[in-house]
Amino acid sequence: MRTPRNIIAYLQAAPLMAVLLTFLIAPILMIIVVSFWGATEFSIYPAFQFDNYAFLFGSPVTYKVFFATFKYALITWVFTLSIGFTVAYFLAFHVRTQVMQTALFLLCTIPFLTSNIIRMISWIPFLGRNGIANQTLISWGVIDEPLEWLLYSDFSVILAFVHLYTLFMVVPIFNTMMRIDRSLIEAAYDNGASGLQTLWHVIVPLTKPGIMIGTIFVVTLVMGDFITVRFMSGSQKANVGRLISNDISLLQYPSAAATAVVLLCTVLLVIGILLRFVNIRKEL
Amino acid sequence: MGNGCDLELISLTKKYGDALAVDQINARFTAGKYVCLLGPSGCGKSSTLRMIAGHEDVTEGSILLDGVDVSHLPPAKRGTAMMFQSYALFPHLNVRDNVAFSLRMKGQDKASRHATANELLDLVDMMALADRMPAQLSGGQQQRVALARALVTKPKVLLLDEPLSALDPFLRIRMRAELKKLQRELGITFIHVTHGQDEALALGDELVVMNNAVIEQSGPARDVWSAPKTEFVARFMGGHNVINWNGTKVALRADDVHLGATGLAATVTSVEYQGSQVALNTRTETGEAVLALISDQTFFDTPKNPGDAVLLSWDEGRLHRLQA
Repeated sequence: MRTPRNIIAYLQAAPLMAVLLTFLIAPILMIIVVSFWGATEFSIYPAFQFDNYAFLFGSPVTYKVFFATFKYALITWVFTLSIGFTVAYFLAFHVRTQVMQTALFLLCTIPFLTSNIIRMISWIPFLGRNGIANQTLISWGVIDEPLEWLLYSDFSVILAFVHLYTLFMVVPIFNTMMRIDRSLIEAAYDNGASGLQTLWHVIVPLTKPGIMIGTIFVVTLVMGDFITVRFMSGSQKANVGRLISNDISLLQYPSAAATAVVLLCTVLLVIGILLRFVNIRKEL
Repeated sequence: MGNGCDLELISLTKKYGDALAVDQINARFTAGKYVCLLGPSGCGKSSTLRMIAGHEDVTEGSILLDGVDVSHLPPAKRGTAMMFQSYALFPHLNVRDNVAFSLRMKGQDKASRHATANELLDLVDMMALADRMPAQLSGGQQQRVALARALVTKPKVLLLDEPLSALDPFLRIRMRAELKKLQRELGITFIHVTHGQDEALALGDELVVMNNAVIEQSGPARDVWSAPKTEFVARFMGGHNVINWNGTKVALRADDVHLGATGLAATVTSVEYQGSQVALNTRTETGEAVLALISDQTFFDTPKNPGDAVLLSWDEGRLHRLQA
């Protein structure tokens, strides 16, 4: 009786398998294959050579751009985590009624009803040289000259990242916090813990899986991004995503594929390291 | 006369909005007693306990421990410790660190707090599992750890919120014996909230029976059981019949009801064999239900079946008049 049951199990898994094979595994394999191809100024030819990788690892630009990518990811992570944790903490522990909790939570998601690009571009009139921020600061007398670094700078790129991705921190952290048994908080108070001690010794450790899931979201999104960096830096800053997108616009597919493979490996490595710290399986 | 650590509740009141959970209760618990707070769910016993613990604000009235008003002190400053119904062990800490948690909060160094924790784990016989995580323990083991964690603060009063309700019946009886033994050894006051009268009778030196936000009756366990003041207490404690007798309500212990040649005529409605005794549910001609508990010996000499007519008798002196 084993075989038929096995077949049924395989059949049940087959649709998902088909989808994943077609839309995930096959494209990645294709990218890996193409990354070994050769290219001239006007043609691409199938081959198995390491030229693309050799060029990539031989160029100082690559290291600079990878460094910039990590920098964006790290700074964005710090800000999204601190804002996300605070918002989630407020929602989970300070808002008493469930109706209010749901209402405020939905409020958090409202900006996400507009597209990423529109939300990004909306910053431009605000941060620009003669934008609202500069004009307000001048009229308050805080500054005499418009601040140049508000727009088209690392500042604006990271601001946009934080704006775009904080919710990806809020949601998993909020979820984990809601699952914390409230009597644990009482038990901590009963054992003489102050508010801060309870936060640090009980809530943070128990929220770690949520923090980790949020971190994975934010890190992968920021490391894979190219459009935010392009728009918010006015094409003055680069990250790996832009490197790839430039190659593609120059029809240098093999080189783009090689960069993509290296980026994919880097991101997987980062996630692998993160997962060593916290077991998120029980959250999924 | 109060010695050191008497616990006193003075017109203690708790309101949730307009709903009255605890209505001006007064009680005094002598130090070193095992007190059981008993009542049906929603009677206010848990709110009372949580107010004593400091996890619930006192609406009015005060709580005196050792003569000091503790009603507005934070939980850890009161000299009380609470054992939670679900045990509330920190899932990310192992058994030893759970027990040592409060010492860590006080800033004690690792070696000394682990030493203290080990002593308490020894007391509850959990030393062997000190490195386990709570999720790897059974319900009874988790309870011992929770107990050790509550005792590590050296409380004057230990508050237990339905501590046995999460255990299976067999374990419940074993754990209650251990609780009693531990209380005797430590000599501190235990206040134990429960809705089970058998648990309260087995454990409590003193019982406090609550209903509808007030104390119906309090006193030594035997007094409460053998002389219930109100119909509620008589019915809740079990083992009593409440019947109308000459115009007033009286309580009559079910084991004082005999079957005889003379007495009140009644019909048997059901028979329940309970081992050492047999429970005979009967209905009198006026429609009142009377339970008779008869020794198995007596019953099986003249067995009765549902539908049989019987005559119920008792010693007049055993009737116990209830307050209206």
